[in-house]
Amino acid sequence: MIGKMINKIYDTDIGYSFFNSKIAIISSSIFLIIFLCSFLAEIVAPYDPFDPLNISLMDAFIPPVWSEGGNANFFLGTDQQGRDMFSTMIYGSRISLIVGFSSIIFAMILGVSLGITAGYIGGRYETIVMRLTDVQLTIPSILMALLVDGIARAIISKSMHDEMAIYVLIFAIGISEWPQFARVTRASTLVEKNKEYISASKIIGLSNILIMFKHILPNILRPILVIATIGLALAIITESTLSFLGVGIPPTTPSLGTLIRFGNNFLFSGEWWITFFPAIFLVILALSINLLGDWMRDALNPKLKKR
Amino acid sequence: MLNYFLKRFLQSVLVMIIVAFVSFSLFNFVGDPVNNMVGQEASDERREEIRDKLGINDPIYIQFFNFVGNSVQGNFGISYQLKRPVSVLIAERMPATLELVFVSALLAIISGVILGVYTGINRDTFLSNVILVISLAGVSLPTFIIGIMLIYLFSVILGVLPSFGRGEVTDIGFWSTGFLTLSGLKALILPSVTLSLFQMTYVIRLVRAEMMEILQTDYIKFAKARGIKKNIINYKHALKNGLIPVITITGINIGTLIAFSIITETVFQWPGMGSLFINAVYFVDIPIMSAYMIMVAFIFVMINFIVDITYYFIDPRIRIKEENS
Repeated sequence: MIGKMINKIYDTDIGYSFFNSKIAIISSSIFLIIFLCSFLAEIVAPYDPFDPLNISLMDAFIPPVWSEGGNANFFLGTDQQGRDMFSTMIYGSRISLIVGFSSIIFAMILGVSLGITAGYIGGRYETIVMRLTDVQLTIPSILMALLVDGIARAIISKSMHDEMAIYVLIFAIGISEWPQFARVTRASTLVEKNKEYISASKIIGLSNILIMFKHILPNILRPILVIATIGLALAIITESTLSFLGVGIPPTTPSLGTLIRFGNNFLFSGEWWITFFPAIFLVILALSINLLGDWMRDALNPKLKKR
Repeated sequence: MLNYFLKRFLQSVLVMIIVAFVSFSLFNFVGDPVNNMVGQEASDERREEIRDKLGINDPIYIQFFNFVGNSVQGNFGISYQLKRPVSVLIAERMPATLELVFVSALLAIISGVILGVYTGINRDTFLSNVILVISLAGVSLPTFIIGIMLIYLFSVILGVLPSFGRGEVTDIGFWSTGFLTLSGLKALILPSVTLSLFQMTYVIRLVRAEMMEILQTDYIKFAKARGIKKNIINYKHALKNGLIPVITITGINIGTLIAFSIITETVFQWPGMGSLFINAVYFVDIPIMSAYMIMVAFIFVMINFIVDITYYFIDPRIRIKEENS
């Protein structure tokens, strides 16, 4: 059964390219492992870092097991509050992934629906949407996310900040990334809409919405998928950057960026592991997604077939 | 030609009006500005007096015109948190940011072009592959992690470079510069390297792709057939055309560098506009936030305007397209 499925995947061109690319296999396995670990954090992590019963200040600042003073109970050491580094990282990566995925889905829905309608309807509506993307693309996404985050902070009262922080972040990062989707979707829609099957759909009287989302969309999914993958890495990096700057995820439910922010305070007193491990973890996560995106861009682009 | 410039100019003005409106709304509809100025004990009459003085009782469009007028004159009000005029605060911190961005841009472009040309000409050599792998890793390395790693290596372990501040600065009238003292220059090294790395990887890829494309063109093949020396072809004929996109990308780079300087300034406690802004976001200091927004938008719009005009002169395709339409 599973063998049959793998064979079937192997027969498609993407599947073939996937199984013949070492980088794609390695990076996707790393990503999958991190994803599963964070998803199953309750099972994988040895401690629950948010349960006060598990935390003892007596355990604070224990270095990793292989350096002097290490403790076998805490493989990667503990942080300033005596929480197990490995467990906080697993839970932290869960927050990072949730924010990353949600914001990229938000950006995708917004960008794709604006892009596909712009390309299909055209006219003045198209001009307005494309001008908007032009304007926004001149502003780096990190700055856009910061501004939206700042405005949201000003609007939401202080007491609500921490509860709302994660939604604000998803919104801010999503808003900062939609133009990429809109551009790619519009360009592909322009190509598709002049093909014969679309004329046929029009002649048999299908509604415009049906044509756009049922007939055009499935045919332009490939470039959207590439943008989404690279965008996911960017969203995760943006989230951790905002959290590092202190305007992202609050310390009560730390993401990887929040962990690095607090660890950074102890860099000079020699407790390097509190920053180092979350930072390395974040880099590996981002790198694996970026490599996957790079492979996907080449594999899905027939022009770039290897010389 | 004039038509093209006018169109671009109007577009820039439109962006500025939108940004001004957003920051104006922030000012007016978020919180009560009077509450931010007087204490709990102020009487209702006193509040009303301040309202009149601030012009809050005027119609919205007059308030907006006043706001734009004040902004154009550089009058952004008084910081809630620091209790000083925002224009003074920004003027104090501008030199630090601009010096950092300037040095980083130079670093990114010079080293990016050198490495890009090298990898473009010497394809598939070991060194080229190493450079490309590092540049791919550079894209996945968040700026703040590069900063932390550099601090740990050069300040904590080796102890050779300072990890925060600008060192000694010299005042030249309205500008305070770190270029003239040894400690100022030393303090500049780590932040500017951190800030430039990401941009550098971008320039490398761009120049490399451009060089590779140009080396395939007919005029290079012809030059080869004529027996012109390889070095002259590479560095005289190919490089000249390969650098065109670099000129235009530089403008966009400077904008990105200003945005990313927020992160670098926070990591290195660099006393620039970025750290001022991030503190303002943290403490919801609206006057600084809106002033920074307008300032940065203005810089971006200016840069884009200049880039568009440069394109017009460099790229004949745009000229022809515009003249036909």
